[in-house]
Formats: sequence, C-alpha cells, structure tokens
Amino acid sequence: MSAALALFKRELRIASRAGGGGAMGVVFFLILITIVPFAIGPDLNLLSRIGPAILWIAALLAMLLGLDRLFLGDHEDGSLDLLQMGALPLEVVIVVKCLAHWAVTGLPLVIVAPLFGLMLAVEGDGLAGVAASLLAGTPALTLIGAIGAALTVSLRRGGLLLAILVLPFTVPVLIFGVSAASAASGGTVPFATPFLILCALSLAALALAPFAAAAALRSRD
Amino acid sequence: MLKYANPTHFLRLVAAVLPWLWLACVGLLGVGLYMTFFIAPADYQQGDTVRIMYIHVPAAWLSMFAYSIMTLSALGTLVWRHPLADAAQQAAAPLGAVFTFICLITGSLWGKPMWGTWWVWDARLTSVLVLFLIYLGLVALWNTIEEPTKAARTAAIFTLVGVVNIPIIKFSVDWWNTLHQPASVMRMGGPTIHPTMLWPLLIMAVGASLLFLALHLMAVRNVILQRRLRRLSYMAAQAGEQEMAS
Repeated sequence: MSAALALFKRELRIASRAGGGGAMGVVFFLILITIVPFAIGPDLNLLSRIGPAILWIAALLAMLLGLDRLFLGDHEDGSLDLLQMGALPLEVVIVVKCLAHWAVTGLPLVIVAPLFGLMLAVEGDGLAGVAASLLAGTPALTLIGAIGAALTVSLRRGGLLLAILVLPFTVPVLIFGVSAASAASGGTVPFATPFLILCALSLAALALAPFAAAAALRSRD
Repeated sequence: MLKYANPTHFLRLVAAVLPWLWLACVGLLGVGLYMTFFIAPADYQQGDTVRIMYIHVPAAWLSMFAYSIMTLSALGTLVWRHPLADAAQQAAAPLGAVFTFICLITGSLWGKPMWGTWWVWDARLTSVLVLFLIYLGLVALWNTIEEPTKAARTAAIFTLVGVVNIPIIKFSVDWWNTLHQPASVMRMGGPTIHPTMLWPLLIMAVGASLLFLALHLMAVRNVILQRRLRRLSYMAAQAGEQEMAS
C-alpha cells in the first residue's frame, strides 16, 4: 500500500515538475472548442444542442494527446524495468500510474468543462450533466488508452499508431457519455440509464485493462 | 497434428492441399454464383437487389471467422510462442480487413435502394465499422514493428482486446432496435429463410470460406518464406562480416 502511495506521489511530482501535461491538455481542449464554432458557424441554438457532444469529442482528443507519455518516460530512463521487477505487481503499478495520469490530464478537463460549456451556450442542467458524465467516463478513456500506450511504448513513432489503436475502443464510452450529457439537458431518455452504463464501462475498464496493459509491457523486449 | 505445426511440414502440407482447395473453391463459387443469378428467385419486395445478399452474408460471416482464427492464433502466440501461430495471425489480418470491407460495401449498395440511404449509424453497421478499424489498426501494427516475434506478441494482445467487439456485432441486432434485420439463418428454432434462397446462400458461404482458407494458407506460406529470407540475409551479412575480419 505504501509502495503504491509512494509511486502515486512520484507520478504527481514528475507531472508537476516536468510541466506540460495537465495545463497543455486544458489549453488544447480550449482550442478544440474554439475551433468548432468557426467550422459550423456561431449559431447559438445549434451550438447549445450539440454542445455536450463537442465537449466530449474535445475531451477525448485532449486525453489522447497526453497518452503517449504514460509509460514513455519510464521506459526511456529504465525505471519501468525497475517497477516491473519490484514487489508491487505490474498490474497495480499500471492502475496507480493511470490514476495519477487521470488526476493530471482527466480531472482538469472535468473541472473546466462546465466553464467552456458556457461558451457553447449549454444551459445549467446540461453543464452539470457534462461534468458528471466526464467524471464517470474519462477514467475509462485513460485505462483503455493505457493498453494502447503499453503496446506502442517501445516503437519509435508510436504516436499516430496509438491513436489508431485506441480510438475504435473509445466508441462505447463516447456513445454513453454523450447520451448521458444530452439526457441531462432534457430528452426522452432518463439521465441515470446511460450514466450507469458509463460507470459500468469505467469499472470494467478498471478491472480488465491493467491486465492487458501489463501483458503488453512484459512483451516489450 | 503437432507434426504439421513444424513450418517445413506445414509448407509440404500446404503444397499438397492447395490445388484441391482451389478446385473445390472455384467449383462451389461457380455453382453458387450461377444459382445466385439464374436459379434463386427474386424477392417479392426487394426484387433483384436481394441477390446482393449472397455476397454480403458470406463476407460478413468471414469477417468474423477471420477474427476468430486470429484470436486462436493469438492464444497460440502468447501461450506456446509458436512461430506458425505468429504467421497465421499476420496472414489473417489483411484478409479479414478485405472481407469486412466487402461486407460494408455490399451492404451499402443494398442499403441505397432498400433503405434509401448508403449508411445508417445503427448498432450492427457501427460495430462492423469498428471491426474494420480494428483490422486496419492491426495491419498498421504489423507494418510498424520490424522484429517479427515482437510484432506477433503485440498484435496478439491487441487482437485479444478487440475480441469484445465480436459478441457485440453478433448480438447487436437482438440487443438494440436496428434497421439491420435480425439473424435468419443461424438462430434458435431453425432458419426462417426459404430453401430456394437458403441453398445458394449456403453454397456461397462454403465456397467463400474455402476461398478464405486458400488465401490464408498462401499468405501463411508467404510469411514463413519471408521470415526465412530475413534470417538468411542476416546470416549472409554475418558471414560477410567474418570474412572481412579474417
């Protein structure tokens, strides 16, 4: 337990000192949201209707941007090999790293999403829905992404490949995330139905993804 | 069985089986296509467009069959680390992609006159599209990693992760209200399709499966030969180095 806690603190310290990570993700998120009204026009009615979907796609892409760094630094300086040989099971190491990575890249997006939602004319209930669905769904994105990051960590140009491998598997998360967010701002479906499925997706990812990612990390060499 | 897991024995077996396989495949596909176009009746609602089904359904079955082959090979790679399983995996990925593509295209061509649109975002179509994307990701993975055994292990893990999509495809028509019709051949309580249409469909399905099998065996053979070539060129390079040194 203390080893896991130490690892978690280490990850946060690296993220805060190396810079970039979380803040860059939020800036990228903002840029994506700024670009959309230029592409589809500044019609506020249309924007407020598709606002939750825009926020979700932007969050998905912003999370994808930081994923390649999940294991890359540790792989390059050899600390991943040490973690692999240590007493803590590799699966637990991956869960802790994902948790820290989510706290740095996912959580800031959840916090700023309601603010940026205002720019897209999303109303009160909708804002809460977007924040709640992102909070429930982004852990699944990090955990699914961890599989892709582990598979591509030792490749020289793994970045684009990572996106190609991971994005198809994020489709269910996106479907239920957007439908929960849209249900919150009024619709035929009650909010709880898609929201609970979204929670289930995150929990299933938490239960299964670490094993796949660990298998991928072990087959590096 | 294990004897043929040796690549050399396997190559000999392929050379012996392949001509007969092609013969049976061409024969069955010939009969199947003849029945498709001249014997099978036109549908009372769909008219002649129903004939697209005789290509579409076998392609759809094979898109999932290829993935099943790949999954079994992936287990072979991860559990037994067998080079033949690596080759079977690598050979199945592009073939599966092509059959999935044929399935999507023929479905689209049928959808335009029948549904009035080339594409709808219903569960069956979307999950098959995701299958196609997974195949493309696998092909990209194989092309990116040079070292064959490492590529095989990486692709195997990705393949096993992608298996979650297969039951989603199969049951998407039952779980959700889709525009795509539910299963009519492989279902509890026997097929609901009329025998005059079922027979050409089954013949086409067996013919297409043999086509896949023949192409897959040829592709596995190519992969084995490519690996040997790679090893030989390494050995030649090493020998050249030693000659230079002495």
